[in-house]
Amino acid sequence: MKRSDFFEHVAWTGAGIAWSLSASGLLVSESASAATTSFSFVQISDSHIGFSRPENPDVLGTFAKTIADINALPRQPAFVVHTGDVTHLSKPAQFDAAKQVLSSLKAPLIVLPGEHDVIGSPRGFLDAFARPDAPNGWFSFDQGGIHFLSLVNVFNFEVDGKLGSEQLDFVEKDLAAQKTSTPIVVFGHVPLYALYPPWGWTTQDGSRVLAALRRFDAVTVLNGHIHQIIQHTDGNIRFATAASTAYPQPAPGKADKPGPLKVPDDVLLKVLGYRSVTVASRVPARVADHALG
Amino acid sequence: MHRTLIAAGALAVCLAASSMPIMAAKTEGQPLPSVLSIHIKDFKYNPTPVKIHSGDRVTFVNDDEEAHTVTSDDKSFDSEGLDGGKTWQHVFAKPGTYNYFCELHPYMKATIIVLPTASGSQ
Repeated sequence: MKRSDFFEHVAWTGAGIAWSLSASGLLVSESASAATTSFSFVQISDSHIGFSRPENPDVLGTFAKTIADINALPRQPAFVVHTGDVTHLSKPAQFDAAKQVLSSLKAPLIVLPGEHDVIGSPRGFLDAFARPDAPNGWFSFDQGGIHFLSLVNVFNFEVDGKLGSEQLDFVEKDLAAQKTSTPIVVFGHVPLYALYPPWGWTTQDGSRVLAALRRFDAVTVLNGHIHQIIQHTDGNIRFATAASTAYPQPAPGKADKPGPLKVPDDVLLKVLGYRSVTVASRVPARVADHALG
Repeated sequence: MHRTLIAAGALAVCLAASSMPIMAAKTEGQPLPSVLSIHIKDFKYNPTPVKIHSGDRVTFVNDDEEAHTVTSDDKSFDSEGLDGGKTWQHVFAKPGTYNYFCELHPYMKATIIVLPTASGSQ
């Protein structure tokens, strides 16, 4: 996909999930999700607070703009989930700066770690964002008839993205207790499927999670890590990686290596953004991505 | 000192294509420890493997746009996050074979072999 087309793609999957990747705001009609039980949440990702290279010398500014845009939504989301790489180098000052910006959010906040948040140790991330009900980092919850799983695939980063046996056992036990008709939404940082292994864009033991998800009628998996929107469907499972609030990366295999991608200054805000997701107990999840400019 | 650093870096580049471990440059009679530069470029440590002597100092230079780390398998040294364009130094005090990797991109792996000093002391 050309960089200029990044936010111009709009498509519908066969199962009826809307993938509206436009810079023009909320493309998905709220009335279309008619069910009164529907609600929306927002995904943000890869803010890399502390990054200061030419690809975006003001990541704190673009992060603050993201939060301001979310706060200005006419209907506030039920919650905002940050799918990791809050910081660039896991420095205490970077966590502090990120928390300062996030403290202005009107909606409740859920934060997952990315590998940039746990360099050397997960301690800094856990001190900043740990939940009392999730001492290991991963957890599940139910809201409005939807079952949510929030996973961590960066705590053992001596291999590519990895969940580990303890978390996998938790996932399998947790999902076994759910009805097949219950919509499932999964959060993680690194893509759970083999999106592009040569660049480490995969979760080594993600297949066990995907196997446990296959019996459900509708599953939506939301990830970050790769700083661009990529959609993928595998049976009943719909995957969507999110844009960054900091800087884009090359499309998989379209450059010699991954990493920060310099785009013209007047293009940067068009390739950064956040995502709103509308879910309901009896209709497929609807995903809309919004650019910052 | 600066010339020594450049010479070591040039040697590293020249021998990078070889699979044989290279030796850090050392000036006869110079009391200071040798200096070797290892560059991180295109998600690779270069050169590797490399042989140095105990007490030698290695400068790691991140030439990539992406952040990396220099983290030993046994956790005996760790640069923590090393942003693009930044450098980090470490003095290898004890002989041994040190395998290291990038915590952010764990497929990046390299080796430093630390030999005893010529006198046998550390």
